[in-house]
Amino acid sequence: MNLTETKSGQEEKNLEKEWEPKIIAFLCNWCSYAGADLAGVSRIQYPPSIRVVRVPCSGRINPFFIIKSLVDGWDGVVVSGCHPGDCHYISGNLVARRRFAILKDLLTFFGIESDRVHFMWASAAAGERFANLIKKITKIIKELGPNKKFQKNW
Amino acid sequence: MKRTSDIEIENQTIEKSIKEMAKNLFRNKEVDIILGYSAGTIPMASPPIIIRNESDVEKLVWNNFCSINLAKNLLELMPKSFDDKKNNLKIGIVAKGCVGRALIHLAIENQIELKNIKILGIDCNGIINRKKIEKEIGDREIIEVSLSNENILIKGKGFEQTFSYDEYLNELCKKCKVKSPPTSPELNGICSGKCEEVLSIEDDFKDISDYELKSYEERWEHIKNLLNNCIRCYACREACPMCYCHLCFVDQNKPLWFGKTTELSEIILFHLIRAMHLAGRCVACGACTSVCPMGIDLNLITRKLEQIVKERFNFTSGLNIVDLPPMVTQKMSDKEDFMIDEK
Repeated sequence: MNLTETKSGQEEKNLEKEWEPKIIAFLCNWCSYAGADLAGVSRIQYPPSIRVVRVPCSGRINPFFIIKSLVDGWDGVVVSGCHPGDCHYISGNLVARRRFAILKDLLTFFGIESDRVHFMWASAAAGERFANLIKKITKIIKELGPNKKFQKNW
Repeated sequence: MKRTSDIEIENQTIEKSIKEMAKNLFRNKEVDIILGYSAGTIPMASPPIIIRNESDVEKLVWNNFCSINLAKNLLELMPKSFDDKKNNLKIGIVAKGCVGRALIHLAIENQIELKNIKILGIDCNGIINRKKIEKEIGDREIIEVSLSNENILIKGKGFEQTFSYDEYLNELCKKCKVKSPPTSPELNGICSGKCEEVLSIEDDFKDISDYELKSYEERWEHIKNLLNNCIRCYACREACPMCYCHLCFVDQNKPLWFGKTTELSEIILFHLIRAMHLAGRCVACGACTSVCPMGIDLNLITRKLEQIVKERFNFTSGLNIVDLPPMVTQKMSDKEDFMIDEK
């Protein structure tokens, strides 16, 4: 009995030490998804923390997706699109940028950890940049710890 | 705020001007119906009323409890299809400043046909915060409310209480800079009565910057305590002139995006997304707060929205029908300070 208890305790400790955040990444089909692909085929190392959802454009992202992800228990959310001016749909990312600006301000105002939500630009040629930014974001979210504040209690 | 005359006299002057304008419009056959406020049956509430002929004009009132934004009621009178009987319905609407702003914004969003509308502009003298008074009165029944000089006199069974008018005004009304509906050359022939041209609103948002001095945790606690009371009755949505979607995101059930519980995270989700939908559209009428059965002060959120939109995009909603709202326009030069970058 005692043995298993200590073992499970140790396991828990190990788990805590090795805790990797789960981050949901909405990547736009035309730039960021290709950028992530490039990071992969170029064998650039970055933390395995993101789970990718491919969307047609960053303008497709409804703020609802982002907050709902937090409520559903994701530790972080990343939205990545083409650089301004490079949008496949001409201005989708510009529309998205205004939305995200307001969302980020509102989250900070509400006192919800707004550092869990990140927005970035990454082009199809930016494998290196993509990996670096994911590294940076993972580090920030790791410091915040698991998402407990805003998660739904089922 | 300094008053020059008795509030009661002010109210009577406004009421008289409404009735005069309404009678004139009916006589000149410029309108078929007029939307206004009526006396109602319970104290401290003035429900909307539709007047259809000149003899009924006497039913229109103005007092400091006309908190509802009539633009919402106007939306329901708009034709839904092009063979609708309402197509040629000419409507007059009694408009205080925020109703005027809502009308202009709805016209930008193509929700109302301005050529069929006559705005009966009045110089609003502030709406009293009913919730705040009810809180003080408690369980006792209010039978009569009257205004005298600078006081609100509440009478009930076996008690009488006075409240200071300036203190018990809505917080938004205290800061309000658009007392009468804004007008512009494009609105010639639509506005009658007291309307004025407003180019921009000077506001320092001191209440919001004061609130933001609080730490992250304190703000979270405050929001939690504030919204914990929410029962998700959606009264705020029903009263809001900008919430006109046929299918609101909270009602959508295929797919079921949005949970139906009153769990805190879902309440906050609702209020956050509602705030997002109102960004650059909220006209600061305070209707949502005035109808909340739980007395939640939603103005905190809408004020912040106003501030964000003003500071980021230099836009104030509902001042003219030329400027497009920020969420449908974009600039290459928008600020990116919130985005993450390598450094």
